[in-house]
Amino acid sequence: MPDDRSVAVLGVGMHPWGKWGRNFVEYGLAAARDAMRDAGVSWSDIQFVSGADTIRNGYPGFISGATFAQALGWSGARVSSAYAACASGATAIAAARAQILAGLCDTALVVGADTTPKGFFAPVGGERRDDPDWLRFHLLGATNPTYFALYARRRMELFGATEDDFAAVKVKNARAGAANPNARYRQEVSAEEVLASPMVADPLRLLEICATSDGGAAIVLSSMDFARRHGAGSTPVSIPAVSTVTPRFPQTVIEMPNFATDSAVAVGAVDGPAFRRSIAFAAYEEAGIGPEDVDVAEVYDLSSALELDWYEDVGLCKEGEAERLLRDGDTALGGRIPVNPSGGLSSFGEAIPAQAIAQVCELVWQLRGHAGGRQVEGARVGVTANQGLFGHGSSVIVTA
Amino acid sequence: MTTAKTRVPAVEGWFTTDGDTPTLLGSRCRTCGTYAFPAETFFCGNPACEGTAFEQVPLSRRGKVWSYTDARYTPPAPYVAADPYVPFCIAAVELAEEKMVVMGQVVPEVTVDDLHVGSEVELVVDVLYEDEDHEYLVWKWRPVTAGMGVAGA
Repeated sequence: MPDDRSVAVLGVGMHPWGKWGRNFVEYGLAAARDAMRDAGVSWSDIQFVSGADTIRNGYPGFISGATFAQALGWSGARVSSAYAACASGATAIAAARAQILAGLCDTALVVGADTTPKGFFAPVGGERRDDPDWLRFHLLGATNPTYFALYARRRMELFGATEDDFAAVKVKNARAGAANPNARYRQEVSAEEVLASPMVADPLRLLEICATSDGGAAIVLSSMDFARRHGAGSTPVSIPAVSTVTPRFPQTVIEMPNFATDSAVAVGAVDGPAFRRSIAFAAYEEAGIGPEDVDVAEVYDLSSALELDWYEDVGLCKEGEAERLLRDGDTALGGRIPVNPSGGLSSFGEAIPAQAIAQVCELVWQLRGHAGGRQVEGARVGVTANQGLFGHGSSVIVTA
Repeated sequence: MTTAKTRVPAVEGWFTTDGDTPTLLGSRCRTCGTYAFPAETFFCGNPACEGTAFEQVPLSRRGKVWSYTDARYTPPAPYVAADPYVPFCIAAVELAEEKMVVMGQVVPEVTVDDLHVGSEVELVVDVLYEDEDHEYLVWKWRPVTAGMGVAGA
């Protein structure tokens, strides 16, 4: 892995996910302190703070980097705040990594945290008739699970996925999450329980759709040189690639919060992979590796069915083969290529700006061999994949 | 006898309400021909095109179901739900001529059992919600199948 593209992950930390109902800053602060402790650095050592924003917690959420810096005590550190919907965490990591690779700083703290309302995500308040995210609720009653369900149904019709497959993903992730002290849901569930849970957006049931959670995650990044001087060994866990790609025109898969896809009349199909597939592949290319090199993956299972789409989109199998991978047990703990050993969103619920950072935290624990009862044996290379609405890709490669 | 309520579109300029053949109103770029819905007014999505002139065009009234689902629980505001809430289906529909997929609610009474990927639907206008004086209208998809209930204008 080329060193000139890598930054070291000195430390990771989390505030457990739940429905705590407290100020999001509290979760971010706890995660940040946890990560700095893990890194063996103090707050005064941090030169750059990169916040992942939340849009549901007022002004402090829009300038989260400064909010967290103030909560840690103003230190003069430089600051950045990023919003990219579910991909905000990766965008914040990308900003910190770029600062370090450019030689503008040696150390950076990346933090994301959220406090979420109960139930379906609704658009932020006010009447906004020029905002597609407001209009899709008003004119269609299209919630986030609506879109997840469109993909799930399409998978059933095109590739023969079954309700049992979707339930099996939940069973797998609940088993892994039961071994994760930071997960919100820590109970195993049976396929029967999943299939007996209420239908929300056909074919997706309540236990197959990720909840909305409170939580916080943080990582401390540094230059490779700083890490070695700091005693992190000759090959610290590092990030050689971050993908924050956008779609290429025409984007022909319907995406939140849109009413329609792009029209392919003028230019025909995209020359190359569709958007979701381009996300991880851009990271592979930057890292100079391929999906065959990956030992463990954390993907954005907003629904149990969507996890199957990701198997294909991060290149673990060909299109239409995800069900076979699942049924063969390849993606379970102990399988050939475990996916979501953290328990995934299925066990965490979504704390939007923290989520892409939490995916990296999990891979770091896995690559260090510190993942306890959910350890993927001998993992050396991991990939995260995630997508934020309005066209935000998010993929991070982590290597040991 | 109750006085008929005034029928008004729930959103201005997105669709026509003419008689039996309402249409969605999209835009077509005068430079490259790219369609958009809702209509674009100041940019063309095609990265190879810097067009700034767009014509308003009716979109195809029929298309094929790309995928579909339903809403078993009341969507949050700003959706205006009937009380008691009645679940409805939502379909994403491929329009062949425009080479795009457009979402819409499906007319009442249709369940997911009536829908299939690839099956044909057509556009109608129907009531989205109402208040004391008005019925607010929106476009919906209706399966093109003999025996389906007729909804809308």
